[in-house]
Amino acid sequence: MSPRVVFPNKILPYLLVAPQLAITLVFFYWPASQALRQSMLREDPFGLSSKFVWFDNFKKVLSDPNYLNSIQVTAIFSISVAAVAMGTALLLAVMAEKVVRSRGLYRTLMIWPYAVAPAIAGMLWLFLFNPSIGSLAYGLRWLGINWDPLLDGSQAMALVVAAASWKQISYNFLFFVAGLQAIPKTLIEAAAIDGAKPFKRFWTIVFPLLAPTTFFLLVVNTVYAFFDTFGIIHAVTGGGPGKATETLVYKVYNDGFVNLILGDSAAQSVILMIIVIALTAIQFRYVEKKVHYG
Amino acid sequence: MATVDLKDVRKVYPGGVEAVKGVSIAIPDKALCVLVGPSGCGKSTLLRMIAGLETISAGTCSIDGKVVNTIGPTERDIAMVFQNYALYPHMKVYDNMAYGLRNRGMPKDEVDKRVRGTAKTLELEHLLERRPRELSGGQRQRVAMGRAIVRNPKVFLFDEPLSNLDAKLRGQMRVEIKNLQRKLGVTSVYVTHDQLEAMTLADVLVVMNAGLIEQQGAPLDIYEKPSSTFVASFIGAPPMNLLPLRSGQLEGAVTLPAVADNAATLGFRPEDCEVGADDAALDGGLRLMANVAGVEPVGAESFLYCDAAGGRIVVRVPGRTEVRIGDQLPIFARREKLHFFGSDGKRV
Repeated sequence: MSPRVVFPNKILPYLLVAPQLAITLVFFYWPASQALRQSMLREDPFGLSSKFVWFDNFKKVLSDPNYLNSIQVTAIFSISVAAVAMGTALLLAVMAEKVVRSRGLYRTLMIWPYAVAPAIAGMLWLFLFNPSIGSLAYGLRWLGINWDPLLDGSQAMALVVAAASWKQISYNFLFFVAGLQAIPKTLIEAAAIDGAKPFKRFWTIVFPLLAPTTFFLLVVNTVYAFFDTFGIIHAVTGGGPGKATETLVYKVYNDGFVNLILGDSAAQSVILMIIVIALTAIQFRYVEKKVHYG
Repeated sequence: MATVDLKDVRKVYPGGVEAVKGVSIAIPDKALCVLVGPSGCGKSTLLRMIAGLETISAGTCSIDGKVVNTIGPTERDIAMVFQNYALYPHMKVYDNMAYGLRNRGMPKDEVDKRVRGTAKTLELEHLLERRPRELSGGQRQRVAMGRAIVRNPKVFLFDEPLSNLDAKLRGQMRVEIKNLQRKLGVTSVYVTHDQLEAMTLADVLVVMNAGLIEQQGAPLDIYEKPSSTFVASFIGAPPMNLLPLRSGQLEGAVTLPAVADNAATLGFRPEDCEVGADDAALDGGLRLMANVAGVEPVGAESFLYCDAAGGRIVVRVPGRTEVRIGDQLPIFARREKLHFFGSDGKRV
């Protein structure tokens, strides 16, 4: 532990943290409280008046089969994105470790997709896999796959999962590379001398020591899949076909800003917030126990 | 159990740097071979080549008569103790020791027997359930030893295993390593930069410098007959006094025995110097006058740092000394205790 800094002035420490507090209050707590208030209001069809209805919006939302479908879609989407993005990133990071020549170039290229805006990433994948003009869609059909994400819900899901994962892989890759570099080489050598083959070495030494990184990324990726993938879904499928790729956050947008059912939408976003808080708490409570720092 | 033979082993790194430039060592069965030298002399690289952690650029390395150049560390049946111990931080001491056995598919009860047996030998039994970070430096060192011993390998490799310990513990562990190695009778290669460790542990001592062997042999032989000024100044503490000769003469010497023509350096050890000794016993030896520039009483002995004959020499005298800084002393060294080296640094 580093020694505590003691400020002789009583006000100065508060002044120093004030900008951060102000930003958090204005951009997080205030909107969150507004959403909470909105979630208990019901607007008239013309948006001229609203009345306080307590938890009626929540009751309505939770009994809506579309909403329950959206929860299922989100679960599948988030688990797939986290698994694909982290798995691929880990694989690439391990491979990048083995690259001897122009390692820096390889790493730089790997990190680029992170700089692409979500909507642009979505468009990119949309064009590549567009059933009529996409070059990769052509390849898929050539392989005998009946590729049509505009009609087939699972294919649409696969497409948004791929696009969302692709964007997150760079970020995960960066952290995995850093995590791998922090593992002392002598441990790997000791394991080799102890008779562990490369695959075994990875699972018994490298992977456990990478656990803090993996855990951190699990939290970040979950939050990413829940919230930050709106742009990709909006650009690629628009929640369709039917409601096959309508995640919770997309439904919040759709009900609130497209259908203008503000009360329902606010209630949904409050539920979404509770879900993510709960998930993160669970991850910290249970998964972190199995993680060894240092 | 096994011999280790190195024949003209070389290591050239991709950048063209030659770390080891042709080294041949034959280590007999059950012997402890110590590689000693300053940092960057290639001793660690050589050890890592024996371990299989570095590829061998040229020459052959054989363990138990079998060339192992192309065999990976996993199949060489060796155990290594690393300088930083390289204990697996996420495993308990028990699992650290059992890891190598489990990897080789040993049955569970046999693993348990071996680990507990080894833990008992090393007095680690009460630590088996702890993790490495909960151990002191000395305990970690013992666990690293235990992890090597438990496997009962053909060869032990030690890479400066005591350099992270404090002086007292280092002394204890040195004795313990020697005893253990004797008891287990496992051929060992030990790398260190500490000449005291090298002298006390080695059956075969190999002094390395700049990728080459300067001298190899029994420690005391090397101490008594260093083959070069490098070895002379590396082995022994304090190191041998080396004074430059100018056309067979030593500046300021009172008497000097006949010197070979090609000798450029005269050497004698601090412990071979006598102060005010009987002239008759020193027939044909070296005599010179020295000005005392520093006195270091260590307790059992004292070291006098003197200016003499165009250089700085160290003289060891037993016990206390009444000599003070600024005194002029007659220094003697017997003829058979003098060493002569040529202009290339080699012994003549």
